[in-house]
Amino acid sequence: MSKRITRPLIYIILIAFSLFYLMPVYVLIVTSLKPFDQVSLATMWELPKTLDFSSYATAFSKLAPNIMNSFYLVIPATLLSALLGSLNGYVLSKWKFKGSELVFTAILFGMFIPYQSILIPLILTLRNMGLYNSILGLIFTHVIYGLPITTLMFRNFYASIPDSMIESAKIDGANFIKIYGKIMVPLSISGFVVVAIWQFTNIWNEFLFAVSLTQSDQQPVMVALQNLAGSQVVEWNVQMAGALLAALPTLLVYILLGKFFVRGLLAGSVKG
Amino acid sequence: MSKLSTDRLWSLAFILPSILLVGIFIYGFISWTGYVSLSNWHSLIPDYSFSGLSNYAQLFKDFRFQADIRNTLFFTILFIAAVAFIGQLLAVLIDQHIRAESLFRNIFLFPMALSFVVTGVVWQWLLNPSTGVNLLLEKFGISPMWYVSTNVLAGFPVGKIEFGVPVALIAVIIAAVWQMTGFSLAMYLAGLRGIPEELKEAARMDGASEATIYFKIIMPQLRAITMSVIIIMAHISLKIFDLIYAMTGPGANFVTDVPALYMFEKTFRANDYAGGAAISILLLVSVAIFIIPYLLMNRRED
Repeated sequence: MSKRITRPLIYIILIAFSLFYLMPVYVLIVTSLKPFDQVSLATMWELPKTLDFSSYATAFSKLAPNIMNSFYLVIPATLLSALLGSLNGYVLSKWKFKGSELVFTAILFGMFIPYQSILIPLILTLRNMGLYNSILGLIFTHVIYGLPITTLMFRNFYASIPDSMIESAKIDGANFIKIYGKIMVPLSISGFVVVAIWQFTNIWNEFLFAVSLTQSDQQPVMVALQNLAGSQVVEWNVQMAGALLAALPTLLVYILLGKFFVRGLLAGSVKG
Repeated sequence: MSKLSTDRLWSLAFILPSILLVGIFIYGFISWTGYVSLSNWHSLIPDYSFSGLSNYAQLFKDFRFQADIRNTLFFTILFIAAVAFIGQLLAVLIDQHIRAESLFRNIFLFPMALSFVVTGVVWQWLLNPSTGVNLLLEKFGISPMWYVSTNVLAGFPVGKIEFGVPVALIAVIIAAVWQMTGFSLAMYLAGLRGIPEELKEAARMDGASEATIYFKIIMPQLRAITMSVIIIMAHISLKIFDLIYAMTGPGANFVTDVPALYMFEKTFRANDYAGGAAISILLLVSVAIFIIPYLLMNRRED
């Protein structure tokens, strides 16, 4: 294989795949900028004749309350699950006890289960607690079922902090909480960023809990987006504008902090 | 010595709530669901009277569930194969010290930040049979019906269903692959970066061609990653729900139905809680078959 042939070939393949990956983005943007009467089956690939932002206005007025719901859900759920995950990770890496490896593996399994298998008891329990159909209930749910992944990420992260640092802090008289606050937390700021971004993205995008545990005015944005298609005539331009609005927060996070997002993605594959 | 044990108590006090929560909300609830799946609870009013395995027996005789098994099987195989192959191909190409490396990487990775619901909505429009990609494909004389097709490729009857690859399912697989390739790309790239440059350099000095280097040095090093990609993708595809809910629903003749969706509709639309619970337990078992050995293997290496 000579370099002269392979180089252009590499670029041709990569560009071809890039076009395929960007195709939905193109169609989404083009469609969302057309007025409804120009959204026809035949002209789907054509650029809009004039820029028309009315579908964004329509989509925004329909989705705005649900976008707010998503923020009320995602921010506390992310912070809480990062905090709990870091405490668990701290104990499971630096304060191992008899059976702690087994406990860790048992917690990890919770990351992979299909949530359908806990959904019926969950709904009954949330009803009993008065948390069914409330954002609070969703926060509670995401914090609990986020425990495995956040614990995993922090445990792997803390495993790289040398035990000798903990030992010498102990000799200096630092206790469990002081070591956490003075050593572990300052050394794991980037760990917190990775976990927060991962949880933010996942909870924002989550659908099963959202659609099963909430109704109408409590629904997060993904359920509302799905409901936009429910009317008789699907206004594709509004659908596309809505899809973009709903995706914007996580897309922005990816664009601004993509490196941390990818680290979270790799950490999710268990090996640390 | 007493100080150490106070710290020990603190550490246990901090982890105990999480252990209890996981114990109750994961293992307790799974057992509870298992119990429901053995009951006669077929309406809005709970009925925990024991019915043995009748709900499971019912499922395997059910046309819709048989279709689900077929769909899940082909979805999983095709989805994993495509994600692993395309991800590795793109990773190897991107790793060739090319220009605009991070631009290409980001183009393939950004769908990972999207929701399956967004993907479903957009691809429903793209693969709309009377529009979309078909307008391009018609120029080549092909016009698949995509997700409204009820055709089953290479079908032959098994049980109540026609066993084969439903055409409509391919549309969903394309959307899922579009979204998830970024994951395997990132995994393979991390793997490739972990292969020491000296290893490849030494082979080049010995006169090995790039192809030989790929097959003899790189491929074996990536085997563990391929394993992880397959397992992670398998559990995602077995559980797939949002994408299908948003893009096609169960489809005519259930050509795009999957167990996760059937569970949802059986439980919350038809109020057949016992039947829904039985589906979810089968789903859990299918995921556990892949995940438990993987977890144990991973943990043993630690």
